[in-house]
Amino acid sequence: MSAVTMIEAINFTLKKEMERDSKVICLGEDIGKNGGVFRATDGLQALFGEDRVVDTPIAESAIVGAAVGMAARGLRPVAEIQFFGFIYEAMDQMAAQAARLRFRSGGRFGAPMVVRAPYGGGVKTPELHSDSLEALFLHSPGLKVVMPSSPYDAKGLLAAAIRENDPVLFLEPMKLYRAFKQEVPEEDYLIEIGKANVLKPGEDVTVITWGPAVPLVSKVVEQVEQAADVSIEVIDLRTISPLDEETIIESVQKTGRAVIVHEAVKTGGVGAEVSALINEKALFHLSAPIIRVASFDTPYPVPSVEDDWLPNASRIAQGLKEVLTH
Amino acid sequence: MWIEPSELKIERIQVLDENGKLVGPDPDVSDADLISMYKWMVLARVYDQRALKLQRQGRIGTYAPLSGQEAAQVGSAFALERQDWIYPSYREGAACFVHGFPMKNFFLYTMGHLKGTDAEGANVFPVQIIIAAQCLHAVGGAWAGKYNGENSVSVAYVGDGGTSEGDFHEALNFAGVYKLPVVFFVQNNQWAISVPRSKQTASQTIAQKALAYGMAGIQVDGNDILAVYVVMKQALERARNGSPVVVEAVTYRQGPHTTADDPTKYRHKDDVENWLAKDPLKRMKAFMVEKGIWNEALERQEYEAAEQKVSDAFEMAVNTPKSSVEEVFEVVYEQKTAQLTEQQQAAGSVVGVLK
Ligand SMILES: Cc1ncc(C[n+]2csc(CCOP(=O)(O)OP(=O)(O)O)c2C)c(N)n1
Ligand SMILES: [Mg+2]
Repeated sequence: MSAVTMIEAINFTLKKEMERDSKVICLGEDIGKNGGVFRATDGLQALFGEDRVVDTPIAESAIVGAAVGMAARGLRPVAEIQFFGFIYEAMDQMAAQAARLRFRSGGRFGAPMVVRAPYGGGVKTPELHSDSLEALFLHSPGLKVVMPSSPYDAKGLLAAAIRENDPVLFLEPMKLYRAFKQEVPEEDYLIEIGKANVLKPGEDVTVITWGPAVPLVSKVVEQVEQAADVSIEVIDLRTISPLDEETIIESVQKTGRAVIVHEAVKTGGVGAEVSALINEKALFHLSAPIIRVASFDTPYPVPSVEDDWLPNASRIAQGLKEVLTH
Repeated sequence: MWIEPSELKIERIQVLDENGKLVGPDPDVSDADLISMYKWMVLARVYDQRALKLQRQGRIGTYAPLSGQEAAQVGSAFALERQDWIYPSYREGAACFVHGFPMKNFFLYTMGHLKGTDAEGANVFPVQIIIAAQCLHAVGGAWAGKYNGENSVSVAYVGDGGTSEGDFHEALNFAGVYKLPVVFFVQNNQWAISVPRSKQTASQTIAQKALAYGMAGIQVDGNDILAVYVVMKQALERARNGSPVVVEAVTYRQGPHTTADDPTKYRHKDDVENWLAKDPLKRMKAFMVEKGIWNEALERQEYEAAEQKVSDAFEMAVNTPKSSVEEVFEVVYEQKTAQLTEQQQAAGSVVGVLK
C-alpha cells in the first residue's frame, strides 16, 4: 500500500476483515450512508450492504448491548461510538455486561466484539468529544483496551482486536486521524494485543506514553536529547489493558528513571497504575521519583484553553528535566 | 384484542398553510404578538446566517445551524411564562433568545469560551451536548418546581434522533408516574445527522410515544408558528395542571447538521427544496401582509435592525476577555481542593513557555 493516514488504515482494515469473515458486522450512528463522521467506514455499506454496515438509532447502550448479544451468538460485531465521551451512556453494557459475560456464564459465552471510538484533544470539539476516559476501562476486568498511535499500529492492532475472543475497546486518537501518513503493508499482519512497543532505545530515562501523546513526546525527546547529553528510551504502550509489564519493568531497571505522559486527567489515570507497577517491581532500581505529566484534574475544558490544559511540550520537557536532575 | 399502530389516527395541527392562508381556527393572538413573534424569527434567521459566515471566516468554531426551525423554536418559547424553564440541546438558540438568554453568550459558546453557557439569570439550563440527557433534568427540575410550589413548567427541547435514547423514555416515564409539570418539545427536523426519521423509529409519529407513558401527545406543523404557539399554550396549561405532554413539531433542518457536516453525502437536493417551499418565515410574512399589519418597508427595516443586533452581540463577544486555563479550576467544586490549587499554580506557571 502507499503511504496512508490512520483513518485510511482503519477503513482499509475494516474492509479486509469484513471480506475475510462474513460474521464481522459494523454498527453505529451515521456509519452507513455517511461513512462515519470521520469517514472510518466510508464506502463499506456500498460494498457489504445495509445488513452488515448498520446505521443505528441514537442509543449507545443499545449499540453496545446488542453487540454483546450478537457476539455471544456467533457474530463478530464492530460497534462504533461516535465520540468516546458518549461511552458513559453505554457504561453498564461495557463494564458490567460485555466485560463480565465470560465470568457470569461460567465460561460458556464470550463476547468477541470491538467497540471503536475516537477520543483525545487538540481538535476544538464541543463538550464530551475529546475526553480520554481509558482508565475507566482499565478498571473493568474482562475488557482489553487498545490505543494505537500510528497508521501501521492501527491496522495490525485493529485486525487483532477483531479476531480476539474477548471484548476489545479500540480507541482512536482523532487528532492523529489525518495528522501524518505512513507506509503500511497491504498484506495481512497482526500486532499482538498486550505488547508495548519500544519506539526508541535509551539509557538514562524511560518515557512511557500512548495514543495521541506519542508524536508530541517523540518530538520533545528529540529536542531534549539535542540540548543535553542524555539518552531517552520511549515506550508506546499500544495496549493499556493488559499492560505489558515485562517491557516496562525491563526498561526502568535499565534506566532507573521514568516519566509517564498521558492526555487523560492525572488522578486515577493509567499513569497511576504504571507508576504503582514500577514501585512494586522495580523500586530499588529507581534513582528518582516517577513523574506523571498529565492533564489537570478538571473536566475537559472549553476549546479556547485546551492547549494550556493538555500536557504540552514545555510540561513534558520540565518533567524530564526534573527526573534527570534529581 | 391487538392494538395495531396503523389504527391510531394522528392529525397534524395547522393554522397557516404553506402560503400563509388561514386553514385552522383563527387563533386569538394580538397583532402586537404576531409582529413580535415574526421579529424574533427574523432575528433568529439573521443570527444563524451570520454565525455560518463567521464560522467560514474562522472567527467562531463548529456551529449547528437552526435555519428552518425558527417557527418551532420561537413559537414554543413565546408561549412560555417568565418562571418557566428551558432545557435546551445545541440547536436551540432561537428558543433561548426568546426566553432571555443573551445572544452574545451563544457566540461565546461557539468561540469555546467558558462564559458560553451563562444564561445571565434567564431560566435556561446549559446547552446539552449529550443527546436527550436534558430530558431527565427537565423532569427533575419540574419535580423541584412542583415541590417548591413554583407554578413553573419545564420544557425539554429534544430532536427526533434524541427520542431513541433511553434517557428520553425514562424521562417520559418518570414524568407520567409523578405527574410532573413538564413538556417534551420534540423538534422532528427529519434528520439526525445523516439518519432520516424513518430509520430512527418504527412508530408512525413521535407524538404517539406519549401514550405508552400515560400522557397526551400532539403533532403540530412545526413550520407554522401560529400552530406551534397555540399548541404550546395548551401544552403548558396541561403541564401546569400536572399533566405532562409530548409535542412533536414537524419541521426541517435546512442546513448541514453542523458546519463540519456535508449533507450531500446522504440527502437529496429535492428533499431540501421541497422543504424550503415550506419556510416558516415566508409563510408568516404572507399572513401578516395579507392581514395588513406588515409590508416591505417594515420588512427591510426589521432585517436591518436584526443585522445590527447581531453585530452588536458578536462585537460584545469578541471584546469579552478571553478565558484562561486558570479559570477552569474555579468551577470544578464550590471550594477548590488543595490538589486543584496546586495544579492551578502549575498551569499558570507553564502557560506559553514553550509550545
Ligand atoms: C449521547 C450522544 N450520542 C451521539 C451524539 C452525536 N450526535 C450529535 S447530534 C446527533 C444527532 C441528533 O439528532 P436529533 O436528535 O434529531 O437532533 P438535531 O441534530 O436534528 O437537532 C448525534 C448523533 C451525541 N452528541 N450524544
Ligand atoms: Mg433531528
